[in-house]
Amino acid sequence: MKHKLWHFHGGLHLDGHKHMSMTEHVLPVALPAQITLPLQQHIGAPAEPVVAVGDHVLKGQVIAKASDYVSAPVHASTSGEVIAIEERPVPHPSGLPSECIVIETDGKDQWKEIKPVANYQDMDPSALRNVIRDAGIVGLGGAGFPTFIKLNPGPDNIVETLILNGAECEPYITCDAMLMQEHPRRIIDGLLVMKHALRAKHCIVAIEDNKKVAHTMLVNALHEHESEFIDIVQIPTLYPTGGEKQLVRVLTGKEIPSNGLPIDIGVVCHNVATAAAVCETIEAGKPLISRNLTMTGEAIETPCNLEVLFGTSFAHLLDTCGWHAEQTDEVLMGGPMMGFGISSLDAPVIKTTNCILARPKNQPHRQPAMPCIRCGQCADVCPARLLPQQLYWYSHAKDFDKVQDYNLFDCIECGCCAYVCPSHIPLVQYYRFAKTEIWAMERDKIKADHARERHEFHQYRMERKQQEDEERKRMKKELLKKTQGKEETGTDAKQAAIDAAMARVKAKRDDQEQQKKNVDNLSEKQQQALSEVEKRRQRLREAESNNEDSN
Amino acid sequence: MHAVHSSPHTPPQNSVSRMMLAVLFALIPGILVYIFFFGWGVVVNITLAVVAAIVCEALMLGMRHRPIKPYLLDGSAVVTAMLFALALPTLTPWWLIVAGIAFAIVIAKHLYGGLGYNPFNPAMVGYATLLIAFPKEMTAWLPAGIHEVTFIDNLRYTFLNALPEGMTYDSLTMATPLDTVKTELAQDRTMGEIPVRYSGLFGGVAGRGWEWVNLMFMLGGLILIYMKVINWRIPLAVVLGLFVIATMFAIPDPDLRPSPWFHMFGGAAMLGAFFIATDPVTAAATPRGQLIYGFGIGIIIYIIRTWGGYPDGVAFAVLIMNMAVPTLDYYTRPRVFGQEKK
Repeated sequence: MKHKLWHFHGGLHLDGHKHMSMTEHVLPVALPAQITLPLQQHIGAPAEPVVAVGDHVLKGQVIAKASDYVSAPVHASTSGEVIAIEERPVPHPSGLPSECIVIETDGKDQWKEIKPVANYQDMDPSALRNVIRDAGIVGLGGAGFPTFIKLNPGPDNIVETLILNGAECEPYITCDAMLMQEHPRRIIDGLLVMKHALRAKHCIVAIEDNKKVAHTMLVNALHEHESEFIDIVQIPTLYPTGGEKQLVRVLTGKEIPSNGLPIDIGVVCHNVATAAAVCETIEAGKPLISRNLTMTGEAIETPCNLEVLFGTSFAHLLDTCGWHAEQTDEVLMGGPMMGFGISSLDAPVIKTTNCILARPKNQPHRQPAMPCIRCGQCADVCPARLLPQQLYWYSHAKDFDKVQDYNLFDCIECGCCAYVCPSHIPLVQYYRFAKTEIWAMERDKIKADHARERHEFHQYRMERKQQEDEERKRMKKELLKKTQGKEETGTDAKQAAIDAAMARVKAKRDDQEQQKKNVDNLSEKQQQALSEVEKRRQRLREAESNNEDSN
Repeated sequence: MHAVHSSPHTPPQNSVSRMMLAVLFALIPGILVYIFFFGWGVVVNITLAVVAAIVCEALMLGMRHRPIKPYLLDGSAVVTAMLFALALPTLTPWWLIVAGIAFAIVIAKHLYGGLGYNPFNPAMVGYATLLIAFPKEMTAWLPAGIHEVTFIDNLRYTFLNALPEGMTYDSLTMATPLDTVKTELAQDRTMGEIPVRYSGLFGGVAGRGWEWVNLMFMLGGLILIYMKVINWRIPLAVVLGLFVIATMFAIPDPDLRPSPWFHMFGGAAMLGAFFIATDPVTAAATPRGQLIYGFGIGIIIYIIRTWGGYPDGVAFAVLIMNMAVPTLDYYTRPRVFGQEKK
């Protein structure tokens, strides 16, 4: 059956360079002497270590537990001894080191006791989600959002379509293609588990039409299952069709609302590799401790796909495949369009490392940028239908209100605009700069609001104290006058003292009452400002979770 | 050792100079036909304008402390000079060309901030300035197809202001077809009579020679669209605007209004539509904005040609619509992906 497909605006036909790394099999890697496992390999809160230096750990053992709802545990990827828990280089765009658990491998690669999950079909979806959560599974497409959260549609949502993203639209990367070729059954089985957790009605596996073998293998694997609610669909090869928003549009004709989530239109997206990981957890009880990744680029001697334990250093893998260090000036994690440069080759492979790319030196794109000539080619290719030259203009001018007016936060940073720019302006860099500045401003504003509130309350307290002191003095004076002037009976003096005390209590109570009112009866302007801040926070939160596409 | 750059990490696919070179390349067929019909004056104009533009550009870049080499090599000054030169009449004294170019490059371009920052099309600012300041000198057109004037004659005229021996200014030059039609119509002659009175001046559908020049500029423009240097919206909208309004007036009154073909293939219509209105810096940038921008230019060209004080109106039409660009861009922003339809 031919599935009806839709188009998205813009996009690029890129040279895939996929054949370079498409070998017959995914190859294993020799066990490294050391494994470095960052506590943050996912979106959300970093995991908390549950081992100490000197502990012996087994393969698959939890060494750091999820510290929050949006978090994921980390498992030892091989057996050995914990020799350090400290900051080490990690693959991150900032180039900053981060907290890691370092294991000296003992060479035995000894598993902890694992057992498969029997009859997941009879399990409650929430119990199933817990199994997946405990296995540390996060989106393997690149964003690394904890999978169990995306398997929870929420009580009021119905999942019409579960999409498995096998588009792999970035040039050079082939790890998903290889996975689909080698383990199509795992992907289908994982998909069925996900379908059960989501109670999805319909499933689509989407593959770009430059991966014919992968498509055939999946179709064959599907035949064994005879499930009529799964479609394997070939989609046109067009970057960035693997972006979540674009893929949903191509497959369903619907647009994920700006600031919204796929679930808002009844869709959930997962990566094919994530589905395979889910299958491994259910069928074999294995937590997520390794992944397929592509080693490629003109400076790599034998480009290939490897099955790599998390924590293996980039240097170890580069040595495994052979590379010409002198020919390249930049090793990337991810593809050429959205990947980032690695600041240290000691950085380890983490859950989101889908590709290590070493491209030749002296790429002419390091030329100085020319002024924008407003040619509009960026707008022609923008898949979000933004006006990149306007965004650039306002980012450049640091006009952050205007840049948000032009929907900066709908930018998915795919890089199409910068790719076609005749003036070689690093557009995406400007957008990232504007986004981080705006986030920083929001944070500062929240902090400033707190500080202002604290300050105002402090002032109020001081004033109140002063008033109370004066009042007390006055009362005392009056009392003194009364007792001295009239020298009346003792009972009156007593009564006066009691009255004074009562008045004090009353005054205090009134003050408290007033204080409450201070918070409650805000002026309309203040109220508005408050709700605006709240709204912006809300949007920010949504935008953050929205960014985790399953590409 | 590992330099860190922002994505995408791809070699550039395009450059400003490539785009400008493509524009120059696409002008070639039009220029060749232009030379064929109007003689060597075209070459003299172009050469002088280009040299003047490069000198002005280098001077201004130096004064503004900008790197001279990359900005000179971007080719934008040369394109400005070419478009300016192609708008000039065939017999133009050197000081007129230099003054126009100086105005275009120094004032219209660099005083506004240089490449990318000028709100008005520099070539058209230069041309319009001359048109207003030196109206007489700007009408020295040779009629199409007379080749008695040699290259040397043209050079002598341009630099020494000397006419060929035995020729007067009036015997040599002639009003352009657009000009002729305008004056004759004002004297109550009909569109049927005019081509009979001026038989050498008219061709198949428009002015003799002019129709071929326009056709060739259109061809060059289509090449640019094919090469994705310009997009189709602005040229289509200009031509469509001109066609629609010309048809609206020509159908009820064919005797008093020239045909749409006469307008579309006369004067600087196609050069304007494909090469001048499409200057990215000064044109609208949103898809709908570009359509309105182009359509507006088409309409204004017709209005100026028909009721205005000048025989052709491309320069003024482009400059007027340049003014509207910020507003157009603001109100025609496309619906962003995932935003609700308004």
